[in-house]
Amino acid sequence: MDKNISMDKMKVGQSALIVSFTDELMSLKLLEMGCVPGELVILECKAPLGDPISISVSGYLLSLRIDEACTVIVAIQD
Amino acid sequence: MENKKIKVALVGNPNCGKTSLFNALTGLNQKVANFPGVTVDKKTGYCKLSDAKGNTIDAEIIDLPGTYSLYPKSMDEHVTFQLLCDPRNPLHPDVTLVIADASNLKRSLFLCSQIIDLKTPVVLALNMMDLVVKKGLEINIPMLEKKLGIKVIPINAREKIGIDELKKAISGDLTAPRADFINIRSFAPEVVDLIQKTIHVNSDYVAFQIANNYELIPFFNQNPQKKEVIKSFLDEHKFNSSSLQATETLERYKILAEKVIKDVVIQKDIQQKKQFTSKLDRLLTHKVFGYVFFLLILFLIFQAVFAWSTLPMEWVQKGFQKLSEVTQNALPPGFVNDLLVNGIFAGLSGIVVFIPQIAILFTFIAILEDTGYMARVSFIMDKLLRKFGLNGKSIIPLVSGVACAVPAIMSTRTIQSWKERTITILVTPLMSCSARIPVYTLLISMVVPNRYVLYSINLQGLVLMALYLIGFLTALFAAFLLSLVLKAKERGYYIMEMPVYRMPRWSNIGITIIEKVKIFLFDAGKVIIAISIVLWFLASFGPGDRFKNIEHKYSKTEFTKNLTSQEIKRHIQSEKIAASYAGSFGRLIEPVIKPLGFDWKIGIALITSFAAREAFVGTMATIYSVGEEDSHESIKEKMMADINPQTLKPTYTVAVGYSLMIFYAFAMQCMSTLAVVYRETKSWKIPVFQFAYMGVLAYIASFVIYHIFK
Repeated sequence: MDKNISMDKMKVGQSALIVSFTDELMSLKLLEMGCVPGELVILECKAPLGDPISISVSGYLLSLRIDEACTVIVAIQD
Repeated sequence: MENKKIKVALVGNPNCGKTSLFNALTGLNQKVANFPGVTVDKKTGYCKLSDAKGNTIDAEIIDLPGTYSLYPKSMDEHVTFQLLCDPRNPLHPDVTLVIADASNLKRSLFLCSQIIDLKTPVVLALNMMDLVVKKGLEINIPMLEKKLGIKVIPINAREKIGIDELKKAISGDLTAPRADFINIRSFAPEVVDLIQKTIHVNSDYVAFQIANNYELIPFFNQNPQKKEVIKSFLDEHKFNSSSLQATETLERYKILAEKVIKDVVIQKDIQQKKQFTSKLDRLLTHKVFGYVFFLLILFLIFQAVFAWSTLPMEWVQKGFQKLSEVTQNALPPGFVNDLLVNGIFAGLSGIVVFIPQIAILFTFIAILEDTGYMARVSFIMDKLLRKFGLNGKSIIPLVSGVACAVPAIMSTRTIQSWKERTITILVTPLMSCSARIPVYTLLISMVVPNRYVLYSINLQGLVLMALYLIGFLTALFAAFLLSLVLKAKERGYYIMEMPVYRMPRWSNIGITIIEKVKIFLFDAGKVIIAISIVLWFLASFGPGDRFKNIEHKYSKTEFTKNLTSQEIKRHIQSEKIAASYAGSFGRLIEPVIKPLGFDWKIGIALITSFAAREAFVGTMATIYSVGEEDSHESIKEKMMADINPQTLKPTYTVAVGYSLMIFYAFAMQCMSTLAVVYRETKSWKIPVFQFAYMGVLAYIASFVIYHIFK
């Protein structure tokens, strides 16, 4: 059952678990902000033009651009 | 006896209430200076503490830029790294005060755990305890102290709760944390050993941090051989900084989750209702309502900076006029009198007059920042402005630039990325500021007929609007070009926390305004005074005996018999400015500006406009000897009657008028803006480049316009 997608493909309201990262430098920044593998993320909202997006992770809201979100692989939770 | 002095570094995540705590600890006892060698502002404040025996301790609090980790990723974070990880740094603290957002405990403790491992005395201030309660959670403070091995004080920085306890903790007998939070030595034992031997640090983690960023430690730049040794040693041991960093981060979060948070945070009630922030975000980032609301905010800011500042600005100008009059009459006429009144007071008035606009704009910006709305502005504007190399937050400086570029450029502080901030600073003065209005209206009334086209559209109004539009579009276009040329100094991230919405704190806003006004007055003010004295000198003195000759000429009655004393005075002024250094300079540059349709008189005005663009009108009035009591109309009539001695046609043709307007739209003729750009970028490179590129742009555009209309 393959539900791994990059985070930019998530829909508003969907929740997922962080699986891995595809960009090392970007991952360092995300890791230290608490986006560690296994952490639950919820896509809270998207900016009116679809970019950036806002996710809730580890109890707070984080906004990131689509080209940053696509370096994060997540597993969709049902 | 001299009081004991200690240095306290204040460290924390962005948006954790660090500024509130800094303000609560130091009040107005703060100053802003530079960290040596970098463009980062160093905010320090002082507070008095007393130890258990009742002795007073003077604490110097250093407010370090907000960061999520000790690993430096931006210029600001370099400073934090250097201060905390280099024991030889003159600002290396005696105590590190970590402030944590208790409602975001895990992420805040991540940074705290790194600082614990540096093995200098640490106190943790747990802020936003009220939000913890709202989330239905409880934090076991004694347990947290035990787990971390440091003193933990719950506070509410905004309400100034817990500040006394915090002060007591800082002044108490603090020892360095005994236990390491993670065993960093096991990551790279040989490297840690070598660094410890080379630079004599006791903490394993300091050594490990230095191994990752030895280029930032001055010691190694002073001892290049030792740097080489480290470098080859790291290569030899295949020290992979990024992957070790990732491992360390994961390890810390693992321990935090499994061994700390689990035992410290107690879930009291499960009623996890949808938070207020999420609901408000739905509304404020909505496709339609989000922009409507933002437009309203922009409209309000714009109105305020533009309209509310008019009255206080008038007071400043009137006040200085009065002061000048009194001084002029009190002191004997001569060099000192003239320097004081026309050089120094004119310069001072030109500085003080900006304070109302700066204060008003920063009231709004502080509110936007304090409430958390600024992050949403960035969120909804980012995609639109990113195309032009700008940041979502650039919209605030761009719009405020329509009132005045000076406060607008100071407001670019909120943009984190160096590149996006620099581009915003470079293009903001292209926005049509209010100082251009007198120039535009005078020129438009001269060359554009006051007619209506299509029954209802006033032609003069149309041209004025076109000038504003040209300024805005050119700013976007220039930003786009600059984004292709400028090289980023660091990898830029957008990744940003969206803070929860909170009510603004008036005391924080007040302190922000005072800080901004102080920075402008003392840092940019120096430059403005210096330039205005130079400008005064250029306009008030002439080479050789020229000035004496003019006075001599008008002392003879054959010249003055038909003139009133007022008229004589004006004629003298008019001839003096033509004979002054500024006049000579105007003639000197005439061949250069001739292709734009300008003569030497316009040349003089271009020079004096450097004090402020609206000086164009005043200079023209002096050159054409029009009195202050005369209206706009009479300057216009005099200028339009002016005949070019070579072509025997009017000097101010339609082509010259348009060419001049375009020149004023593009040229960087504002010393105050240049001074503030210098202050904000901490180097002359950016303001000089800005002056040059806007000058070239103005020259080419005016040349083209002149030849189209000729």
